[in-house]
Amino acid sequence: MLKLDGVSKIYRVGAFGGRELKAVSDVGFEVGEGEVVSLIGESGSGKSTLGRMILRLASVSSGTITLDGRDISSIKDRKEYYRQVQGVFQDPFSCYNPVFRADRVFSTIKEQYFPRVGADEWRTRVEAALESVRLDPGNVLGKYPHQLSGGQLQRMLIARAVLLDIRLLVADEIISMLDVSTRIDVLNLLADLRARGLGILFVTHDLSLGNYVSDRTVVLRKGKIMEMGRTDLVFGNPAHPYTRSLLASVPRLHAKWTDAVVEEVPCAYHEAPEDSRTRPGLAEVENDHYVACAGCAGSKIKETA
Amino acid sequence: MALNVTDLRVYYRTLRGEVKALDGVTFSVADREIMGLAGESGSGKSTLAKSLIRLDGRMRHVGGTVELDGAAMPLSDDGAMDEFRFRKVSLIPQYSMSALNPTRKIGKMVGELLESRGERADRAELERRLELVGLSKDVLDRYPIELSGGMKQRVVMVVSTLLNPSLLIADEVTSALDVSSQKAVATTLLGFRDHGLVTSMMVVTHDISLVYQIADTIMVMYAGRLAEKAPAEVLVTAPRHPYTRQLIAALPEVGVRYEDRRLTGIPGSPPSLLKPPGGCRFRDRCPLAFDRCAEQPPFAEVAPGHHVACWKAE
Amino acid sequence: MTTARREALHFALRNRKLVVGAIIVAVFLVAGLAGPLLFDHGPNDYVGPAMAPPSGEFWFGTTTFGQDVFAQFVYGLRSTFLVGVLGGVLAAVVGMVVGFVAGYRGGWVDELLTMLTNIVLVLPALVVLLIVNAYLGVRSIGVQALFIGLTSWPWAARAIRAQTFSLRSRDFVDLARLSGVRTPKIILREIAPNMSSYLFLTFILLFGSAILIAASLDFIGLGPTEGVSLGLMLNNAARWSALQLGLWWWFIPPGAGITAIVGALYVMNVGLDEVFNPKLREM
Repeated sequence: MLKLDGVSKIYRVGAFGGRELKAVSDVGFEVGEGEVVSLIGESGSGKSTLGRMILRLASVSSGTITLDGRDISSIKDRKEYYRQVQGVFQDPFSCYNPVFRADRVFSTIKEQYFPRVGADEWRTRVEAALESVRLDPGNVLGKYPHQLSGGQLQRMLIARAVLLDIRLLVADEIISMLDVSTRIDVLNLLADLRARGLGILFVTHDLSLGNYVSDRTVVLRKGKIMEMGRTDLVFGNPAHPYTRSLLASVPRLHAKWTDAVVEEVPCAYHEAPEDSRTRPGLAEVENDHYVACAGCAGSKIKETA
Repeated sequence: MALNVTDLRVYYRTLRGEVKALDGVTFSVADREIMGLAGESGSGKSTLAKSLIRLDGRMRHVGGTVELDGAAMPLSDDGAMDEFRFRKVSLIPQYSMSALNPTRKIGKMVGELLESRGERADRAELERRLELVGLSKDVLDRYPIELSGGMKQRVVMVVSTLLNPSLLIADEVTSALDVSSQKAVATTLLGFRDHGLVTSMMVVTHDISLVYQIADTIMVMYAGRLAEKAPAEVLVTAPRHPYTRQLIAALPEVGVRYEDRRLTGIPGSPPSLLKPPGGCRFRDRCPLAFDRCAEQPPFAEVAPGHHVACWKAE
Repeated sequence: MTTARREALHFALRNRKLVVGAIIVAVFLVAGLAGPLLFDHGPNDYVGPAMAPPSGEFWFGTTTFGQDVFAQFVYGLRSTFLVGVLGGVLAAVVGMVVGFVAGYRGGWVDELLTMLTNIVLVLPALVVLLIVNAYLGVRSIGVQALFIGLTSWPWAARAIRAQTFSLRSRDFVDLARLSGVRTPKIILREIAPNMSSYLFLTFILLFGSAILIAASLDFIGLGPTEGVSLGLMLNNAARWSALQLGLWWWFIPPGAGITAIVGALYVMNVGLDEVFNPKLREM
């Protein structure tokens, strides 16, 4: 459904735009119908930039992003694109204009996309969408954003996407600002939406969340793909030193951190045979599990902090 | 006992009345103990952290006492508390790494800070401590913008502990950081205690799995009151308060997938603290609630070092 | 009403600077609106003895020609407020349009508009007005307001542009873009309401400065050729040696009037800033 091919993003920085900053380098992956793909990375990995490019909020410097084969930048009518692709962002409170009521996000959709739908019919649709995200319409309609909780606001944004009956949702760190007890509800909601055929790009820095809900995972570092493939393979059998060090640093509830040094293993990319390099910069070490060069000459993972 | 808090009550003044952010909290932190303070938003943990060092304009100390190393801390008296701040109690505030003055080199900022407190800056000691946390001493000649988030956080941590306080309070010091930086910062906190730079520590966080890695005891707060306090291992494997149980059960972990085991959250939301309900505040969301819950259960010791505020936690 | 507005109103009514400033301006406004109705003669009519000090009949005395100073004052207030509103509104509108567009669009549009702003900012308004004067025989209040409006918008534009820059990267603007809302609507319905307090403050400031500029122009003789205004009164007083002749009642009221109004407006502004910005409130 959604395919990225050799996508790069270059920003001009410096006093007169002299220097270049490559936020994303040569990234390519796919998201299919009814599939959740996690984009995992730390800050500076380019994961949010990718999300914004897919949402056409930022331009693509090189490479192509296609939806069903059509280059998205060639779709002249943005509204047509947004009918199929929508986004939800990290901070639920900043997504709502504080001077208006929260359900204005729904009326904006109605004005732009469903101007001819009657008021009663529209209200039924809104209530159905709210119920599908497990919100009680009576609790959330007619209120201001500061009267609602982060979890409720986040779910209303998802309901907004459901109203449009989209095919792809870009969820950019939507969990990180929620309370622990509501995080899992929103994650379960994403899983339910996946079951209904929605494709989701789940951008996060939290490996446990990505592991819980996604089918496939893409691990990014400084704008490049380090490892990608089926989630259980990437997490269960990590082939890249970076992935391994990430997994070693994740605090687990039933195990304390060990001081074990990330063992130096030969670079998986260069160990793999030539004909397994089916994607640019990546070698296929097992079916649907790709890894990039470890930056050879031993494990080059220094502490980024 | 390093810190003794007895029935502390701190309310916020707002236009609509008083928000009972901290409503009767009693606990102790022993010498050389790292206590994790866990809770969600609105639980009162940040209020507790802040009130132990400085009440800001909106907070009001309504009742209760705090004793540090035998001396009573005059919470309501801003001037008298000055003696305690930075020397006996030190706070690493939330978002402090973003609060570094961008126009000052780190070394200069530290010097100015110490001068304002009437202390002399000991450059050698400062460098020794920076090295202890894994930073090179030329950090002092850099501007904040040249450092990464984790590095800034560690600089702030070094500054906060320069005078070897008895109690260090770390308020959400890892929330804005990447996974690898989180581990570095958390192990740094551990290092402070192990090297004797601080006597005891309170680590405020919403991330229980992180605080489990370094804390000796964990205390869980809910809606301004204490729910449970137990040794870290016990709290995570055998919690007795229904809230703690549900909270632990709602945490996704690497290795747990939706298809294998669907986790559930806690339905409902915490009560408003403007007019909190009488009795146990978790009552409305608790699956074990019964009549006696209309009366607030005491924070009782059900096992050595294990306190729970629940009638059913026998 | 949102709680934000309600809270703002609550603080507004208790903010001394705002209340006092508003009362002063209101008093003058009422005097300007209702005052002329009390008179049966015009401001420039010769109705009394020349150079008479204030008395029961002529509250502010008379001029060298026997005109009623109080009548002039009260009529003058009217035109002063009128110029302030017209000039202020014009400057505000132009400043907002330029500021919003430059701030939201960025890029070359921003560069162009900033260049324009800077040029107008640097332009010596007085010189231009002198040149304009040479070509226009008769000047009216409308022209004066037009001129003031077209020369005092730059600083408002810059401030609004800066605010718009910061607001435009907020998530709810992104969300509006994702809903397919077009740029003008986004500015109007997402960005402007969040700046409403700031826009209000800006307008009051422009209003005050328009009055001051108009008075200055009038004083040096570049004001409207007909009618009466406070600045014109000062001009006349100076021309006819009121100071030397000791006719203090001719120039003190208009001077004090202008100072009071503009000063009160600025104080109101400070008070409003405290009301809108919770961090400035002394609680």
